Amino acid sequence: MAGLAVSTTINGDSVEYLCQPDETLLDVLRDRLGLTGAKEGCGTGDCGACSIILDGRLVCSCLVLGAEAEGRRVETIEGMADGDVLHPLQQKFIEHAALQCGICTPGFLIAAKDLLARNPDPTEEEIRFGLAGNLCRCTGYDKIVRAVQDAASVMRAA
Amino acid sequence: MYSLNYHRASSVADAVKLQKKGEDAKFVSGGMTLIPAMKSRLAAPSDLVDLAHIAEMKGIKVSGKTVTIGGGTTHAEVATDAKLKAVCPALSYLASHIGDPHVRHKGTIGGSIANNDPAADYPAAMLALGATIITNKREIAADKFFTGLFETALKDGEIVTGVSFTAPAQAAYEKFRNPASRYAIVGVFVAKGKDGVRVAVTGAGDEGVFRAKGMEAALTKSFVPASLDGLAIPASGLMSDMHASAEYRSSLITVMAKRAVAKASA
Repeated sequence: MAGLAVSTTINGDSVEYLCQPDETLLDVLRDRLGLTGAKEGCGTGDCGACSIILDGRLVCSCLVLGAEAEGRRVETIEGMADGDVLHPLQQKFIEHAALQCGICTPGFLIAAKDLLARNPDPTEEEIRFGLAGNLCRCTGYDKIVRAVQDAASVMRAA
Repeated sequence: MYSLNYHRASSVADAVKLQKKGEDAKFVSGGMTLIPAMKSRLAAPSDLVDLAHIAEMKGIKVSGKTVTIGGGTTHAEVATDAKLKAVCPALSYLASHIGDPHVRHKGTIGGSIANNDPAADYPAAMLALGATIITNKREIAADKFFTGLFETALKDGEIVTGVSFTAPAQAAYEKFRNPASRYAIVGVFVAKGKDGVRVAVTGAGDEGVFRAKGMEAALTKSFVPASLDGLAIPASGLMSDMHASAEYRSSLITVMAKRAVAKASA
């Protein structure tokens, strides 16, 4: 089958691809476009490892069809750092050791970026509520919350 | 997943036409239930008709006390709309506590109502608010819309294009949520309007969402939490599962209803 032709914007670049109707956007990002930062954890929208931002809204790319990205704006973890300069969230995740195995980390960074875009000065409770759709089996979340708080204060000062 | 066809509808009329063409075509709105169901083969439509780009199904209108919400409006939009918050903060609160941010950004009110999950939040609000469910063919009172577990009055080819209701003088939603899924183990929506009090319970009923008429009568007499002292929904019609027994759900309904009344009166 020839597939569906999709024109979209990914991390600011115009991208065109062909995909089958049953492919998720996560499949397309990873297998067709080589953007492997978003991970498949559960594949059912529970874990958030596949988090991306679609038209300015945090979503699970495993529950979005590749065809749905037509004409929309996609932001992935690959677009987060500015060349070699890490995003403050990435820098603070390293400084606070807010990761262990790392498979959930791209999802947490994207979710935290979306949260801070909406609420630049969240309380600890708001951070935990805002990151509720992302699961981490290693850290116990405490270091993640502290890294987000620290990054938020850096970003507010910038 | 599995081989299927995808169609993007540009209007409600277009969606109906596309759905008729497919062998076993289904409408998809946010896809937050349907896509996982397809992945696990609980559903296997031949075609998906995407409703997410139909402009006429989006947005929230508030005119005086009359609220109209397009079926394609996401939970996040319902949760943050300032006009809605001003007239019916209980519904804004309910929407802000559905699932997690990922779900709220994509899932829609029309999709949730049409799916009628027995633990979904919106059906309780629709029943308690005495809402009208608007489809491409007719208008259906919420009391007649929710007919059983995942069952509604919708016919094949019918789309929930919106809902409307009159904002009540006082209302609140309280839910005892499953800590993992954030679905309601028990959720109670209480609304005090000009025709009395309506109480709707989700997450608990064997047959899905239902109204607690005994509680409604007691609260219509006196809208205070103490009116519910000694009142309980019998466990016999309630669900038992790994999360909660029917007896526990029965107890939770009264607790959540009292909290909702206290919150609505605050």
